[in-house]
Amino acid sequence: MSSLSYTVIIGLEVHTQLRTRSKLFCGCSTDFRPDAPNSQTCPVCLGLPGALPVMNRKAFELSVRTALALNCRIAEFTKWDRKQYYYPDLPKAYQISQYDLPFSSGGWLEIAADDPGEPVRRIRITRAHLEEDAGKNIHDETGRGGDSMVDLNRTGTPLLEIVSEPDLRSAAEARRYLEEMRTLLLFIGVSDCNMQEGSLRCDANVNLHIHHADGSKTATPIVELKNMNSFRNVELAIEYEVKRQASQWQKTGQKIGDVPKQTRGWDAERGVTFAQREKEESSDYRYFPDPDLVPVVLTVQQIEDARKQLPETPAVRRDRFQNQLGLTAYDAAVIIDQGPEMTQYFEHTAQLCGDGKTAANWVTQDILRDLNAAGTPVSEFPVTAEILGTLLNWIREGRLTTKSARDVYSVLKEQAASGQSIAVGDIEVIVRERKLETVRDTGALQAAIAAAIAAKPEAAADVKSGKHAAAGPLIGMIMKQVAGADPKAVRELLLKTLADS
Amino acid sequence: MSLHYLNTAELHSALTEGRLSSRQLTTACLNRIEMLNPSLNAFISVNADQALLQADRVDEKRRRGERVGVLGGLPLALKDNICQKLVPATCGSRMLQNFRPPYNAHVTERIEAEDGVIVGRLNMDEFAMGSSTETSFAGPSLNPWNRQRTAGGSSGGAAVAVASGMVPLALGSDTGGSIRQPASFCGVVGMKPTYGLVSRYGLIAYASSLDQIGPFSRDAFGAGLLLQAIGGHDSRDSTSIPVSAPSIEEIMAGVPGKLRVGIVDEHFGEGLQPEVGDCVRQAIAELEAAGATVSKVELPHSKFSIAAYYLIACSEASSNLARYDGIHYGHRADQFSDMTDLYCQSRGEAFGPEVKRRIMLGTYALSAGYYDAYYLKALKVRRRIREDFDRAFQSVDIIAGPVAPTPAFPLGEKLDDPLTMYLCDIYTISANLAGIPGISVPCGFTSDHLPVGLQFLAPELQDSRLLQAAKLFQQRTKWHEQHPELS
Repeated sequence: MSSLSYTVIIGLEVHTQLRTRSKLFCGCSTDFRPDAPNSQTCPVCLGLPGALPVMNRKAFELSVRTALALNCRIAEFTKWDRKQYYYPDLPKAYQISQYDLPFSSGGWLEIAADDPGEPVRRIRITRAHLEEDAGKNIHDETGRGGDSMVDLNRTGTPLLEIVSEPDLRSAAEARRYLEEMRTLLLFIGVSDCNMQEGSLRCDANVNLHIHHADGSKTATPIVELKNMNSFRNVELAIEYEVKRQASQWQKTGQKIGDVPKQTRGWDAERGVTFAQREKEESSDYRYFPDPDLVPVVLTVQQIEDARKQLPETPAVRRDRFQNQLGLTAYDAAVIIDQGPEMTQYFEHTAQLCGDGKTAANWVTQDILRDLNAAGTPVSEFPVTAEILGTLLNWIREGRLTTKSARDVYSVLKEQAASGQSIAVGDIEVIVRERKLETVRDTGALQAAIAAAIAAKPEAAADVKSGKHAAAGPLIGMIMKQVAGADPKAVRELLLKTLADS
Repeated sequence: MSLHYLNTAELHSALTEGRLSSRQLTTACLNRIEMLNPSLNAFISVNADQALLQADRVDEKRRRGERVGVLGGLPLALKDNICQKLVPATCGSRMLQNFRPPYNAHVTERIEAEDGVIVGRLNMDEFAMGSSTETSFAGPSLNPWNRQRTAGGSSGGAAVAVASGMVPLALGSDTGGSIRQPASFCGVVGMKPTYGLVSRYGLIAYASSLDQIGPFSRDAFGAGLLLQAIGGHDSRDSTSIPVSAPSIEEIMAGVPGKLRVGIVDEHFGEGLQPEVGDCVRQAIAELEAAGATVSKVELPHSKFSIAAYYLIACSEASSNLARYDGIHYGHRADQFSDMTDLYCQSRGEAFGPEVKRRIMLGTYALSAGYYDAYYLKALKVRRRIREDFDRAFQSVDIIAGPVAPTPAFPLGEKLDDPLTMYLCDIYTISANLAGIPGISVPCGFTSDHLPVGLQFLAPELQDSRLLQAAKLFQQRTKWHEQHPELS
């Protein structure tokens, strides 16, 4: 059999919990509290008879912010619909969601192509809509058939569903899309995107377009992948599923439409996808407008105001770091991918230092290495952006050599590690105590140079005749005389003195 | 002095002036309930201890000279679909037989804040679905004028309790006529306020876009007083209108000058029992004699109102009642094989046939492929009906007509004939679809001595105009002062 040629077609549905204090339709807390089931509930989110929902405006604002950051159109009129199905984690037996008039549609998110040389890929966003999260069923996993429990703490948490067009062409691309989405959501401050706690979830729709010798194509049945709770698992599950579908095609020749859409779960331990039990009901959710809620109407002015208040997106920031601060694309990406806190640390450092490249070098090398080693977030790192920025500024002003600055940095870290609090003022103290400051008194330096030339006339003559390697011993002598001198400056001045003599 | 049939204004001033204590009046009501309820079945539950405690609290306030709320210690009762913290709210259904809501409805809070005394909870058609109170799991309420007849519904218990002097005031809910029709059958005043004037927070939903809580009383004063207590904006109900309810002073002070009364031909056409038509026509003549002008108005789409209503109401009901699944609260079947079977058995056992019928009808209407033809079409008709009223009210202040085509019908007569039962609401349903207020006022009796009601409809938020028209009519007639013979 000849090798199979196909295109991978992937669309992602991302669900993200919005970072509001209270739920979408009631005042209950949205904190993640698996330890205290059903403690964050009220008649509204319990769906008790007679209780009524009232929309949380903050959740709607965060949704609009997200959609604008995803370049979506914002609807001036949007409504709430009931999506109806029976499940124990859904106490009203319907989910308040948005069906035919979502508040936003038609946007895009750009991601890097698989090949870094290729231009960025623009992945289209079909729509983003707001809905309430369901609760959680907890089943007896001992296999002894104990009762199932329902925890409704999560019920009613605002959930933004972002649906992409099937524009993704590889598992790696899907992962990058998801990572870029997470970075974006973090930067605009709408979600904490914690995949372990379920505040960022992802389902993938995957199928293949099989290429035939005559140039025609056949689409294979679409499979919806679920339960992928990390970026890595998203990538692995899709990779597996692509291979499975290719071999399935070769075995059965099934095309799209031949079988109902299948839902498959990802078993991370075994590294396989498996068919999940089909839902008992067919997918007629009997959507209709929720009569307990009123439509949301936005004016063009309100939409424009929201657009003006939109925080800088990661993509814009990457460009700015390159164009304004002179960072390489790689460094800009490394910093921004660390998230908003690290990025803010960098920006503050760069601002105080006055040189973006120096700040980027330190942040991407020294700081990231030390943070990783310590396993702490940047917010808990003792060498604050203010301290680091000031220290780097000393280098820039020629008051410290890079080597001396590293020494100061080490001393600062040691002090912090021994329990002392450290501050910007400590830089000066350390420099003074250890006499690290670059000597800029050229008189003293010149005297030392003259003395060295006098002491080692042969070496001086060699250097003057072009053997620059002979300068080493001379420089060593001069440095001994003038502690804290910048070796580079000493070398330059020595060469100049000899050339002029 | 017999307190049972004193009009509400007299009771209120007797309380306010200290001639009567809330405890005395509440005790009298409780005694009357004890005497009459076994035969009339108006109450599903009575809470005497709590009522007397509340009555004493109000009396104590008054004794100390503290401010007393507008209800001033008047006893009243709630339809069994209005939540009262930890008191069973059955909705007339086996499904919620043991359900105690952990919270108060907005109106319950308002009544307590305004010093009303809640004595108990009133019988109703199961989940407010019915026009005779016969679909209640607690059995039918009986009409105090003739115990072979129904009380109307779905707020039958409320109408019976007020008509028989068990309580001077009651709260019901009206989705398609469920306050006005039983008020008409029992000879009392029943009012459906403008949709959104009274918060639905804590009203167990039948059809959310149509349900509205409203007062029962024997007179316009009582209805106005209770409306003032419960009406006004509530941020917990997104459909609540940001206005305050009219005050009783405003209602009672206003006398409609030259009231322009509209009448609709279709309200007097086929299906209307002649004796009912005679009473209503005479009532309208009475208004003319009082200085009103009468002219015809047209409501061309009202003939579609029953069809639109049953599609919208049943669609919403099928969704609102889906939560009764046997998982979280309410009835759960003892025997079931798996999760789906648990749902089926629990719902199958606990819902009565009328509720099942409407859930199935609504589920069907919302199903993929039928939505546009049924639900969406019904919404379009609804908009037309509202536009009809907007047009009509450009030339008249109120519309007057019958409440129901017949007086109270015999028990069991229509129970197995749902379509005939649905026609009971033919004159009342349009007000719910349009969101406008309506009121039923006693306006005469048939030759069998069954009460007949006169309906007034007014534009949105003209609730005080309705009450003023009712007051005007009651100043000139004595129908509301007639009481059933009860031993």
